[in-house]
Amino acid sequence: MTAPASAPEHVLVGFVRSLRRAGLAVPVGSTVVFAEAVAAVGGTDIRQVYWAGRTTLVTRPEDVAVYDRVFGAVWRGLTPVVESIATETFTLLMDAEDEADAPPTEEDDDDGLEGPTLVVRFSPHEVLRHKDFAAYSHAELDEAHRLMADLHLAGALRRSRRRRPSRHSRGHPDVRRTVRHALRTGGEALERRYTEPDERPRRVVLLCDVSGSMEPYARALLRFAHAAVVGRARVEAFALGTRLTRITRELSSRDPDTAMGQAGLAVADWSGGTRLGEGLRRFNDQWGVRGMARGAVVVILSDGWDRGDPDELAEQMARLHRVAHRVVWVNPLKASPGYEPLARGMAAALPYVDEFVEGHSLASLEVLGQVISR
Amino acid sequence: MQLDDVSRALADHGYLADEGLTTAIFLALELRRPLLLEGEAGVGKTEVAKVLARWTGAELIRLQCYEGIDVAQAVYEWDYSRQLLHLRAAEATGEVTGGAEALEDELYSERFLVRRPLLQALTQGDGPPPVLLIDEVDRADDEFEAFLLEILAEYAVTVPELGTFRAEVPPVVIITSNRTRDVHDALKRRCLYHWVEHPDFDREVAIVRLRAPAVSETLARQVSAATEAFRGLGLYKPPGVAETIDWAMALHALGRSELDAGAVDVTLGTVLKYREDQERARRDGLAPLVAAARERAGS
Repeated sequence: MTAPASAPEHVLVGFVRSLRRAGLAVPVGSTVVFAEAVAAVGGTDIRQVYWAGRTTLVTRPEDVAVYDRVFGAVWRGLTPVVESIATETFTLLMDAEDEADAPPTEEDDDDGLEGPTLVVRFSPHEVLRHKDFAAYSHAELDEAHRLMADLHLAGALRRSRRRRPSRHSRGHPDVRRTVRHALRTGGEALERRYTEPDERPRRVVLLCDVSGSMEPYARALLRFAHAAVVGRARVEAFALGTRLTRITRELSSRDPDTAMGQAGLAVADWSGGTRLGEGLRRFNDQWGVRGMARGAVVVILSDGWDRGDPDELAEQMARLHRVAHRVVWVNPLKASPGYEPLARGMAAALPYVDEFVEGHSLASLEVLGQVISR
Repeated sequence: MQLDDVSRALADHGYLADEGLTTAIFLALELRRPLLLEGEAGVGKTEVAKVLARWTGAELIRLQCYEGIDVAQAVYEWDYSRQLLHLRAAEATGEVTGGAEALEDELYSERFLVRRPLLQALTQGDGPPPVLLIDEVDRADDEFEAFLLEILAEYAVTVPELGTFRAEVPPVVIITSNRTRDVHDALKRRCLYHWVEHPDFDREVAIVRLRAPAVSETLARQVSAATEAFRGLGLYKPPGVAETIDWAMALHALGRSELDAGAVDVTLGTVLKYREDQERARRDGLAPLVAAARERAGS
């Protein structure tokens, strides 16, 4: 279908399509508002059209760069307006990579430790539970992912400012319900009602190291993050490498393959180096200290191998520790016998860590789930 | 109304907005849609609502959000103590004729309704439509956001005992967020959106001059230059416009008409509010910073 370039609504709709194709999530309703906005500003001055579009089509500062690029391309006539939505294909980065590489770094599979007498009937789950993620096959990873969905990650409870009706006759008087009840007894407030503070789960923030040294574990832990994000609303996930990437949105797709694919695309520094200190600093500046980490359970999934400055890491950990409810460090290497936190980064961070747990197998992630909700 | 009218009116009432923000405000007024403003703390998000109220002569109705805010604090509540008193009185005088039902109707009438900001904004009778400021919506929880959604879509509130209140003229709605978490997409879809940036150097000088007219031009330029430099240091909390204005006024109060290292040293707390940030600023010495700011201001 080719529309005459002169029809303004075709140009506007085409522009929105180009935006969608470039990855912006623009709801249909916004296109209508955009058209109204362009009509309101006159639509003759390119700058006003630019701002009309930015106000109505962009809802996150991260999207401004994409918007600028597409706007430049479409409006300055560099590329033709997209007329059809291309079917999007996702490259499943993590899944494609995993079979060939990822040599099992630890030979000692933990399933030897589980007493064979305990397992009456052979259950693949039971074996899988204690198997090191590094030794997983692709199929096992899929299986593990299903099991992770049952983990039900929930932050520790805290008192909320919201109040709920209490069953006990103590606490704050609940005048609203007392009056309601009084009506039934002819206006005499015979029975008094009370409220007590409600309890809410704390926010859980997952910071997942995606550097090269974490590669065998990162794909499993990312699936853990996915299961957590999909399972509950108050979980935030970030990928930590040489840069910091927020992947909560990418992981929020219910379909695990789509979610993993999206996250893989979003994380540009997959399997690169790590500068934990810098990444944490960015997290603290942009998200954490401003509110996301306040009173939250912050979980860092990393082996602590760090190419950055350990002092910076210590400083940022201290900052994080000051605002967070608890800081949990999950180190898959901790499971190996004789492990000492000697990696520079790990040693620098450890003083500010409330809980130091392993995270190399499903069973250890179950433990992590308990630690988080404690 | 034209775009230029908006920018002039904002300036007349003490707010210098850049092109993007002006367009966003213009569209919010013209299309009657809520405007969601996000940005760093101290870039002047809340001020937008205040200046709009000053300009249109409307009442500013402010709802400060916090964790756990609910309908009773945001929309309406019944005046329970008066209801109880009324019950006692009715009982004492034996006035009630229609039985329990009539008594209930009486208790749940507008007489005993306490209007909180959202309901107030929808039921404002005369005059220009009020400006409703929903401040720091990211502090409220999801439940409240869902509720807000309903109100912003219909500009109506239903009180079960009384019926639906619908705004004849929808209020001008400004929502601000510091982005400590993402506001829900559904809410964003109903709003126009603008990310408020720190102003550029010339605009910041103009803002300081406008908001602190007593401060000399030289000092305003030098202070703005120094703040701009601070923002480039990678601080925990880069200073916002509010801090620039405070700082200029503080220096003026100390009788300074130009920036010098001694004055910066004693007033650093008005602009940098973390110990680590102050240390970072002092590490390279304040004298070079002052010299650089003077040079930038002079050019």
